[in-house]
Amino acid sequence: MEANPRSTGRLPAAFLTPGSSSFMDFLADHSPEMLPGNRKLPEGIVEAPHGTTIVAATFPGGVVLAGDRRATMGNMIAQRDIEKVFPADEYSAVGIAGTAGLAVEMVKLFQLELEHFEKVEGATLSLEGKANRLSTMIRGNLGMAMQGLAVVPLFAGWDESKEKGRIFSYDVTGGRSEEHGFAATGSGSIFARGSMKKLYRADLTEEQATTLVVQALYDAADDDSATGGPDMARRIFPIVTVITDEGFRRLSEAESSGLARSVTERRLEQPDGPRAALL
Amino acid sequence: MSTPFYVSPQQAMADRAEYARKGIARGRSLVVLQYTDGIVFVGENPSRALHKFSEIYDRIGFAAAGKYNEYENLRIGGVRYADLRGYTYDRDDVTARGLANVYAQTLGTIFSSAGEKPYEVELVVAEVGAEPEGDQIYRLPHDGSIVDEHGSVAVGGNAEQISSYLDQRHRDGMSLAEALKLAVQALSRDTNGTEREIPAERLEVAVLDRTRPQQRKFKRIVGRQLSRLLEADNAAVTKTDEPSDEAPEE
Repeated sequence: MEANPRSTGRLPAAFLTPGSSSFMDFLADHSPEMLPGNRKLPEGIVEAPHGTTIVAATFPGGVVLAGDRRATMGNMIAQRDIEKVFPADEYSAVGIAGTAGLAVEMVKLFQLELEHFEKVEGATLSLEGKANRLSTMIRGNLGMAMQGLAVVPLFAGWDESKEKGRIFSYDVTGGRSEEHGFAATGSGSIFARGSMKKLYRADLTEEQATTLVVQALYDAADDDSATGGPDMARRIFPIVTVITDEGFRRLSEAESSGLARSVTERRLEQPDGPRAALL
Repeated sequence: MSTPFYVSPQQAMADRAEYARKGIARGRSLVVLQYTDGIVFVGENPSRALHKFSEIYDRIGFAAAGKYNEYENLRIGGVRYADLRGYTYDRDDVTARGLANVYAQTLGTIFSSAGEKPYEVELVVAEVGAEPEGDQIYRLPHDGSIVDEHGSVAVGGNAEQISSYLDQRHRDGMSLAEALKLAVQALSRDTNGTEREIPAERLEVAVLDRTRPQQRKFKRIVGRQLSRLLEADNAAVTKTDEPSDEAPEE
């Protein structure tokens, strides 16, 4: 063995060590400074843009995951058109509330972790496996979370073995729980959850499910100042994604603006949205 | 300890090269061809699980002949290299040229270090471009050299004969079915010139398809799709028995 394997230009030993299919394990071995969890924590409270509300709902045949477009820093709107819902791989997606910068990095690493496993093993992880992997990453961020830089995702995907869409929610410590039906995370989640509680039914069609999440986001924006509603003037609409047995699909600009417009139009007559039956 | 015999450096290197070449020649050969929409990898492989071809990155594929454990190790090293580079910089900054360089350095160092046995592998690293002119194919023999190939390349046991067969017949702008047919013809010629049949189940086929809408262009062609391509091409052959200049429709 050479003293410094990097000097010859050949692949260092860490690259050729067999055994691990995890990109994060490889990073920990080869360049630990690149892992988010290994950084020195800043002192005091750090002000950084926060992403707000993410909602998800299942329907027979799949699951929808959607997010508003606002990022806030204190009482200021930091960004109007941030994207907080990403495909994790072909059959799953992740939506993130919390510190935007850390969240985007976490998603990038999570996507790579799944892709890396797939390439090395020649097979994809199970949906549970993916959900657990995300859990580990959030746990690694706990130190940051204690200083106000929390990242709280919602993970949704199509479970090929169970043949249904599933949703997983997380807390800052990496605790993971499966949600049945619908779920929300972020500052507007209380209002979004209340909205979906009244509107959700188990037999929604795909189109109804996408309408449901847009309604929930509208309600969240209605009562939570940190959540952005559909911005007609700037043409900024929620990001809505659908995952079915055919894989991940993000609704096109035209589709999501159509949804947002029809919801908004109805709200002009009925500002509080559709009414559920009393009894 | 007895004094070792003197062996001239030339002789030592020649012996190592001979050793590696023999190891590679034991494996079945495989071919990599350019076609109009990308690059196709074709090889004879009875195993469904142990692949000779695989995806390294968005536009980069890997093919290897020789000893499985050695090239598998290099393949995983390549995936790690590409993923790390893409994570550090950007997905566009991962190139076949960079990867081929790293492989060449690795193979070269192992080949010339007396403490290690030379790897009995020959690799192909291919990258599909946005246009056919952007396609790159690199062949990496066991000793750490790099050969920049165009059109078609063969590695493994019967490589020389197969590549001369391919060189004569391969042309730019072939359809996938045509390229696949040519590849199978080339592979089914034995050393003594006799032909044998390779059934579809024993073929491993993968493509880097530039027309794929996804970011990741690598795709395995298996089962029904493979047999359809092979049949489509038989039909085309019976229809136009004479070799014509016009490409048959896909």
